[in-house]
Amino acid sequence: MCLALPCKVVAIDGDTATIDVSGMKKDVSLALVDDVAVSDWVIVHVGYALTKLDPEEAERTLALFAEIGREAGEQAMQETDAREIH
Amino acid sequence: MKYIDEFRDGDLAAGLSAAIRQAADPGRRYHFMEFCGGHTHAISRYGVSDLLPDGVRMIHGPGCPVCVLPVGRVDMAIRLALDCGVTLCTYGDTLRVPASDGLSLMKAKARGGDIRMVYSSADALKIAQTNPAKQVVFFAIGFETTTPPTAVAIKQAQALGLANFSVLCCHVLTPSAISNILESPEVRQWGTVPLDGFIGPAHVSTIIGSRPYEFFAEEYRKPVVIAGFEPLDVMQAILMLIRQVNAGRAVVENEFSRAVTRDGNVKAQNLVAEVFELRRQFEWRGLNVVPYSGLRIRREFAGFDAERRFPVDYVPVADNRACECGAILRGVRKPQDCKLFGTVCTPENPVGSCMVSSEGACAAHYTYGRYRDFQ
Ligand code: SF4
Repeated sequence: MCLALPCKVVAIDGDTATIDVSGMKKDVSLALVDDVAVSDWVIVHVGYALTKLDPEEAERTLALFAEIGREAGEQAMQETDAREIH
Repeated sequence: MKYIDEFRDGDLAAGLSAAIRQAADPGRRYHFMEFCGGHTHAISRYGVSDLLPDGVRMIHGPGCPVCVLPVGRVDMAIRLALDCGVTLCTYGDTLRVPASDGLSLMKAKARGGDIRMVYSSADALKIAQTNPAKQVVFFAIGFETTTPPTAVAIKQAQALGLANFSVLCCHVLTPSAISNILESPEVRQWGTVPLDGFIGPAHVSTIIGSRPYEFFAEEYRKPVVIAGFEPLDVMQAILMLIRQVNAGRAVVENEFSRAVTRDGNVKAQNLVAEVFELRRQFEWRGLNVVPYSGLRIRREFAGFDAERRFPVDYVPVADNRACECGAILRGVRKPQDCKLFGTVCTPENPVGSCMVSSEGACAAHYTYGRYRDFQ
């Protein structure tokens, strides 16, 4: 029920956008969002675009995950090193 | 798929899991509630709980719109179809919800009710346009995510002057449900587990923004982290909550910054405010009557309100007494504590609300977690 997918807009005709979901084309309503352009990403729920997806923020979030993982790895290494020395 | 697969990456999950283990204080316990069924589903489906240290427990909240829909509301939809002879359009999720007299919308359809599954409110509108001789009612359920599309359909019906389209409005509000969990009288009845923080909804928040949660953070001193519905989003949110708890902080943080802003979608909010107003009270399955937690159609749009147009009144129906959903939704009990779980009550034959949709706590545990109980 709460399913909503990030989809790429491939065409716009008035208040209707055509989106591409893994090669499948589908029309959704743009009645709830302003300033959507072709090749933007939108989050689609029950046939309506709810909001735009910000690709830069998505990249930043993924980079943060990687960074957190790296730090955790380093800390784990230090802890094993410390144990081996003792 | 882009923006989905990256957020399910196994290596990144291992890194986040290690970071959570390092951040969690082994000397304390953390109880976090994920409000949304979408999060419950991700946690069960991807085994996120297995990646958490023992001291961190996730409690499944009431944020599954199908699960919280009370039987009396489904009964109204069935009466509209069978007694009033309308064409009832509904999202597929509600079709199997058990209603009174052993019925469901699916069974009512088999008895001759004109019940049609639609993907969108716009489809219901189209059915009304192409069938001018039929009264068409859209069974509108869901949280803030699904409400704006219903508002658009009503506005369009008005613009088109459609006299045969109306809406059975059952839309509910997230923040009132969270307050209810924190301070309802049942909290006294069942006691409550200490909730140390909330994972806030993903898609609901794209509409309402992060601002409405600031009240909880301040008033109840509970940290809130809004998170996306992918497993890595949930893990990152758990890490952020642990860090807040450790630091004694209680603020709203936004992990889902790729789609959620503080103000949310103002255009959608304005549409909803134009078409709907608060009901003084609304009954939730599993939570009882919650004040100011549901919406109804404003008088200006009365012609599109199925409750005013047809003689169907809401009659509350009590849940099965053995069902523990109320306690489960508050984190006091687990699905496997219920006597009916997996025997009398299964997803094919749900007794209580938490078993109804795959996003409900009991259904998610039945599908993905059951076998772990025996290990
Ligand atoms: S297993 Fe069924 S009856 Fe028991 S609490 Fe869950 S939904 Fe209710």
